[in-house]
Amino acid sequence: MNWLLISPVLIPLVCGALSLTLWQSRRVQRWVGVIGTAALTVASFLLLYVVWHEGIQVSYMGGWIAPFGITFVADLFGAIMVVLGGLTGLAVAVYSLYTIDARREHFGYYPLTHILLAGVSGAFLTADIFNLFVWFEVMLLSSFVLLALGGERAQMEGALKYVTLNLFSSTVFLIAVGIIYGMTGTLNMADLAQKLPELERSGLVTTVGMLFMVSFGIKAAAFPLFFWLPASYHTPPVAVSALFAGLLTKVGVYALIRVFTLVFTDDVGYTHDVLLVIATLTMLVGVLGAAAQFEFRRILSFHIISQIGYMILGLALYTPLGLMGAIFYIMHHIIVKANLFLVSGAAYCLRGTYELKELGSLYRTAPFLSILFLIPALSLAGIPPLSGFFAKFVIIKAGLEVEAYFVVGIALLVGLLTLFSMVKIWNEAFWKEAPESSERLVAGAEQRGSYVPMLIPIIGLALITVFIGLNAEPFVVVATAAAEQLLDPAQYIQAVMEARP
Amino acid sequence: MEPFLAVVVGGLFAAGLYMILRRSIVKLLIGLVLLSNAANLVIFVTAGLHRGVPPLVPEGASAPLHTVADPLPQALVLTAIVISFGVLAFAMALVHRTHAMVKTDDINDLTSTDS
Repeated sequence: MNWLLISPVLIPLVCGALSLTLWQSRRVQRWVGVIGTAALTVASFLLLYVVWHEGIQVSYMGGWIAPFGITFVADLFGAIMVVLGGLTGLAVAVYSLYTIDARREHFGYYPLTHILLAGVSGAFLTADIFNLFVWFEVMLLSSFVLLALGGERAQMEGALKYVTLNLFSSTVFLIAVGIIYGMTGTLNMADLAQKLPELERSGLVTTVGMLFMVSFGIKAAAFPLFFWLPASYHTPPVAVSALFAGLLTKVGVYALIRVFTLVFTDDVGYTHDVLLVIATLTMLVGVLGAAAQFEFRRILSFHIISQIGYMILGLALYTPLGLMGAIFYIMHHIIVKANLFLVSGAAYCLRGTYELKELGSLYRTAPFLSILFLIPALSLAGIPPLSGFFAKFVIIKAGLEVEAYFVVGIALLVGLLTLFSMVKIWNEAFWKEAPESSERLVAGAEQRGSYVPMLIPIIGLALITVFIGLNAEPFVVVATAAAEQLLDPAQYIQAVMEARP
Repeated sequence: MEPFLAVVVGGLFAAGLYMILRRSIVKLLIGLVLLSNAANLVIFVTAGLHRGVPPLVPEGASAPLHTVADPLPQALVLTAIVISFGVLAFAMALVHRTHAMVKTDDINDLTSTDS
């Protein structure tokens, strides 16, 4: 048993159980929250270090060797994702200390966060497609409850849409798993990658591939399956929004990349062309949706969708540079997007509203916060030297290499429109004079307490963004190596099938 | 048996989708129940139905001698049933709570987050 490999799942599970036994003491739960996510971050960095130096890590649950038992695998891509999950979890745990109200804490906010992180890590590390379904469900169930926790009207409406569409996506996923098992008699992804090309009915394989694409497309909020996201992500407390925005859709993207680089690679001409169309439309529709919005978190929600398009675009190009771009984009995006949501929470703390029309003159009140908004916002739009510039640059270069000029044109246009959206938030919330109506809102700020403690995770994530931007080389190197592993599934298959406990 | 079950699965899907597309949130829930059961049946059928051949290995042999029923899909279905039970119980509570709060059963009235 490779303990380091399963620790990103084990640590949050244990912390979740521990928080449940400490139901009465919210104070201890909070500390378990911070310490647990910190431990998760440390363990995931260690895992990444080991994977980088010693190659793909494999562990068989219960000693059942592949393809019979459930196998856990960490390749570079999986390890990177786990690190990002840990970092987001830690930032959100620190942020929650000051922002989650007592009522939500009473009803199990912290245990749920831990279980959510366990589900996310499990999904990143499993090599068994049914096990992936189970981790998805673990993650979804806790996210359902986190979304509805608090029971405000908007939350109920958002949660209903979120639950329905995600349940539907799980059903599609389950059917696809059932059919693929009926065709091959195996569930191990490495084994599937070996057996699927030997099948005679390759048309059916592509059909199942499309079922997976629909299911993961819903979870990743890709066009035209994204409607649950802008309807729900702005309804829970900001800490929950940030966690969801950073991690959950990216689990869908991870599953798409994993499945369409490892398992369904026979009919790339068809499947990846479909992905290319989806990616283009996702980018465009997301950013146009954002342009029409005037609520801080709804704008950010629509931008999640448009950014998902860039990641799928990297996968759809299916070149080393394209996949490298997708991975780099995910690294940059998770940090930046979580941070933008955290900033919106600080703005809410100062003004008591998320409506851009009612916000204003935040720059005068909190200049430091405004700078901290600009860092992730400009990074999201792709302004050098921040992390988003390199992410977009790589994807666009990959597009130019395969001469997909139309798509590259759309990607550049979307970058411009992203900048427009971010400048809109800046002008409305930070720069313009506060409207008259905001005075009574400001008056309530006293009761909401100081926003300064919220800055700790925001500063941390902003520093990471700047660090990736100014020091992009090591990140590019790691992403390139991860992309090479993805494009050469033989490494993954060999590691899973031939390693012995 | 398989063709019959295939028709049943198709019927369940049709009914489930129809119910999801209605405007009532209670019917939405019923639709989800039907869909998740249809998915379970699909898994059950795809691996092939064999009657009266338990997957037992005779003494002294290292593999079963004849075709046997595959136990794995049943384990999968069992897992899926447990998960969908939990999820649907939550969905039911959610629907109940939504109804208590919004005082309507019509999905078209749940638009306050969309504007």
